Amino acid sequence: MLILECPYCGVKAEETELSPGHEAHLKRFGPGSSDEQFESYMFARKNPKGVHFERWRHTYGCGKWFLAARCTATLEVFGTYPAQTSEPPADIVAKIKARRPNWEGVK
Amino acid sequence: MSTRLARGGRLIDRATAHEFTFNGKRMAGFAGDTLASALLANDQMLVGRSFKYHRPRGIVASGAEEPNALVNLGQGARLEPNQRTTTTELFPGLAAASQNHWPSLEFDVGVVNNAVARFLPAGFYYKTFLQPRAAWKHLFEPVIRASAGLGRAPTEADPDRYEQAYAHCDLLVVGGGIAGLQAALTAAGTGARVIVLEQTAHWGGRAPVDDVLIDEKPADHWVAATVAALSAMPNVTLRLRCMAAGVYDHGYVLAEERVADHTPGDGRPKKRLWRIRAAKVITATGAIERPLPFAGNDIPGVMLASAVRDYIVNWAVSPGDRVVIVTNNDDAYRTAIAVHRAGLTVPAVLDARTEADGDLVQEVRSLGIAVHLNRGIAKVKGGRRVSGVAVCAQAGEGAVLDEIACDAVAMSGGWSPVVHLWSHCGGKLIWDEAQAAFRPDPQRPPITHDGQAMVAAVGSANGLLQADEVLADAIRAAGGSGPAPKVHAPAEAAMVPVWMMPQGASAELRAKMWLDYQNDVKVADVQLAAREGYESVEHTKRYTTLGMATDQGKLSNINGLAVLAGSLNAPIPQVGTTTFRPPYTPVTLGALAGEARGEIFQPLRRTPMHDWHQAHGVYWEPVGLWRRPYCYTRPGESHADAVKREVVNARSHLGLLDASTLGKIVVKGPDAGRFLDMMYTNVMSSLPVGRCRYGLMCNENGFLMDDGVVARISDDTWLCHTTSGGADRIHAHMEDWLQCEWWDWQVYTANLTEQYAQIAVVGPSARKLLEKLGGMDVSKEALPFMHWAEGTLAGIPARAFRISFSGELSYEIAVPAGQGLAFWEACIAAGKEFGLMPYGTEALHVLRAEKGFIMIGDETDGTVIPQDLNLGWAVSKKKADFIGKRGQERTFLASPDRWKLVGLETLDGSVLPDGAIAPAPGMNANGQRNTQGRVTSTYYSPTLKKGIAMGLVHRGPDRMGEVLEFPKIWGGVVKARIVDPVFYDKAGEKQDV
Repeated sequence: MLILECPYCGVKAEETELSPGHEAHLKRFGPGSSDEQFESYMFARKNPKGVHFERWRHTYGCGKWFLAARCTATLEVFGTYPAQTSEPPADIVAKIKARRPNWEGVK
Repeated sequence: MSTRLARGGRLIDRATAHEFTFNGKRMAGFAGDTLASALLANDQMLVGRSFKYHRPRGIVASGAEEPNALVNLGQGARLEPNQRTTTTELFPGLAAASQNHWPSLEFDVGVVNNAVARFLPAGFYYKTFLQPRAAWKHLFEPVIRASAGLGRAPTEADPDRYEQAYAHCDLLVVGGGIAGLQAALTAAGTGARVIVLEQTAHWGGRAPVDDVLIDEKPADHWVAATVAALSAMPNVTLRLRCMAAGVYDHGYVLAEERVADHTPGDGRPKKRLWRIRAAKVITATGAIERPLPFAGNDIPGVMLASAVRDYIVNWAVSPGDRVVIVTNNDDAYRTAIAVHRAGLTVPAVLDARTEADGDLVQEVRSLGIAVHLNRGIAKVKGGRRVSGVAVCAQAGEGAVLDEIACDAVAMSGGWSPVVHLWSHCGGKLIWDEAQAAFRPDPQRPPITHDGQAMVAAVGSANGLLQADEVLADAIRAAGGSGPAPKVHAPAEAAMVPVWMMPQGASAELRAKMWLDYQNDVKVADVQLAAREGYESVEHTKRYTTLGMATDQGKLSNINGLAVLAGSLNAPIPQVGTTTFRPPYTPVTLGALAGEARGEIFQPLRRTPMHDWHQAHGVYWEPVGLWRRPYCYTRPGESHADAVKREVVNARSHLGLLDASTLGKIVVKGPDAGRFLDMMYTNVMSSLPVGRCRYGLMCNENGFLMDDGVVARISDDTWLCHTTSGGADRIHAHMEDWLQCEWWDWQVYTANLTEQYAQIAVVGPSARKLLEKLGGMDVSKEALPFMHWAEGTLAGIPARAFRISFSGELSYEIAVPAGQGLAFWEACIAAGKEFGLMPYGTEALHVLRAEKGFIMIGDETDGTVIPQDLNLGWAVSKKKADFIGKRGQERTFLASPDRWKLVGLETLDGSVLPDGAIAPAPGMNANGQRNTQGRVTSTYYSPTLKKGIAMGLVHRGPDRMGEVLEFPKIWGGVVKARIVDPVFYDKAGEKQDV
């Protein structure tokens, strides 16, 4: 069971307190978007073995959604940050690059 | 025969005798015995039958790795199947029975499988029972099920209780041998919080049995002193009888403690499941000895060499008077010494190596015991018990050189470090060529959240099989420095791997060399799998069932994959191991459930009127975690009778419904209207204060997910009603969009579902009742249909919503939850003169179905859009965006060529079967019949006195009057005409009076 620190309330939350919310930083495509854009937004999800950005909700805590950067293979957590961000914060990206020199970066 | 020795036994208390029974036969043992040692002391070597061939099975091991000696333990409600005798502590009155035989352990008809073994090869089930298909169901499966299976499942509820405990520590040490104790001592000395778990009832592991000297004294002394030191430290927790079952993410460890297994019924919990979060884990889990693959190595009396000396030294049990030792390493010579010291005979040590002159070998020779090099066992003689061995050259093909009479064989194929816990969470292994074993690769450990090593293996678990290396390793892993206590152990020469004995064995011999004793997997089976193309060790495992027995391959895996590697001409590390998964040994389901059983299995949500319902004939229906009244039965009434009465009474007089479970979410703020316009398909921002509007919610995919009435409370506040099951989900859905997409919008949401009791007052006399209760104007003029008002009723603050889910004149009254029961009882009392009756959820369903109102979950299934349900009027065409709008624009959803909602009226007036499907002509691409519609809701209508139904039918609304045929499950068809789904009061006049 993972431990992720909620960036809002500071609690080191065990996975049983959290709900997973799949991939982070999706861009919403609404009316007016092409079929390809909508399909990609609605259905195409990354499933990397390695560095991944995910949404989590501190459901049985403060109730807030937050984002986590972690390695799906080793379960190393590079950091958690508020959901109100459009891209991973620079300090977390730097930490990932330091730990994973071959990481392809945010795509 | 096996028997109790007159002297010795470091773990038994000869002053305390325990009586027990095995298959009804009375036997006696001592306190400190395991069931296995006590059975051997009573000459009960034969303890079970194997799974497939029903071959006689004896005790092979002395610990958790035992594959054979499983029993049904206990009786009646305390019956537990598949209990390992080697880890079951003897207690007075213990009752055990052997498994997997019929009619008796000694004479078993299933053994006929053994005679036809060559017709039951690997993958036998897959190959044999493919055709004809019907034969599988009616012939093969029942016979196989009757003759297979191990223990019996208990039929009564478990009378014992189980508990769970949580613990946190800086270091968790798994294993209470000398390595684990030293690691704990070192870490505890730095002030770290340390927990030490030992799966057996004793500290010290193998060292005391193996004559290890620590600081010039027998290991027992050091163990006792170290345990005493640890016990005295406040930062150390020691648990015996506690098996670490699994290591999981970020230092989470599950362990099962056997609290009262050996003292049944003494009031303590039977087992305790520990949920431990450790900053670091040290596995000091030791190693397990491997069997040697020779013909007849499964005959009772053939045991692991280490087990033979365990039984002699720990429990003073002799497995036999004449014990032949067969080995490929020096360690097994310790067994020769132990047997000799006990006054028993070792006719020979058969050593597969061509050289052997280590300290132990020399000691054995000096005792006058014959040591034969380059020798192996061609074949074990005997049926239900070893009677002798045929000796051959290990280098040869099995020509018999000699025969030795004996009644036990002690075998050793080398040792495998217990790497299970290391591997559970991603630790990798390396192949240790010298010891022919996988051991933890310190460069690739499982890691913690911050990328540090989470697990360290020490001692034998780390591949250090010589005792003198162990303590220094433990100190290092625990972060200590300084010298380790001086350990004296004899120097051992290198082992030589033996994966088959003799190395050139004939096919006949290979077919009798067991790898997996419980599942009857032999060398020949793995070789056959390799020939048939099973190159992956994972596939071979599943094809042959190697390692799939309850011991999970603790004895068989390395030998099996070595045989596979040999057959594939591949190096062993390239073939690799199967995946190690928790639990290390089986965990009782009761421990996993803990206290969560019976009434507290899950939370129960009760409305404020719950107890009133209970006292008035309620028949409950579970709705999520809620209990809702399905109906209220009167004496002599069936549930169906009650539902009819409740429906008729609501239509003709007055009904009362507990609607408190309805979700109630307040949405408030400057951007609340804009937000709700995104959440709902229709426009909510334009709703005037004081008005109600029915709204639909779709997911981003376009499909309908919830519905309910929205009321505008004030300029910036809306109250959203959701379905009973949907409140939490919809609230979370709203929060998701607010927090993650439109985080700059100023909106608050609050789920107030449990803050209000909600009571629907339904029927022609609804207004009269509320007027009698008094306090606010509920007239048609003051409170028209789809309006709401705030006031008091019967002296209780209330909101009255004029909404109807029944088609009748109806008010839903929300009052503070604490006054819900008072309001309900006021209605009941005042309603007497109007013929008021409470009604339940089934009447609610019938009433709404008569009106053609949809129900989320009946008419919807996650693939239905509002337009399919003729609810296009509630989907805004003006709004630029709402959740689901883009999804609904996709061509296949926008097409008219869809299944749409219609009413269905059976020609004979009967009730259509729920979920019935109307076939269409032709077949689809999978050769299945095409379909053109299905029933989504179906009821008997007491109002119309016939069956009514709703369904989704291909282009349904364009096919009014057409008759469809719905086949019934057990034959025959029901014909139903496509009609308007509104069966009752089509104009909607009754609700708007």
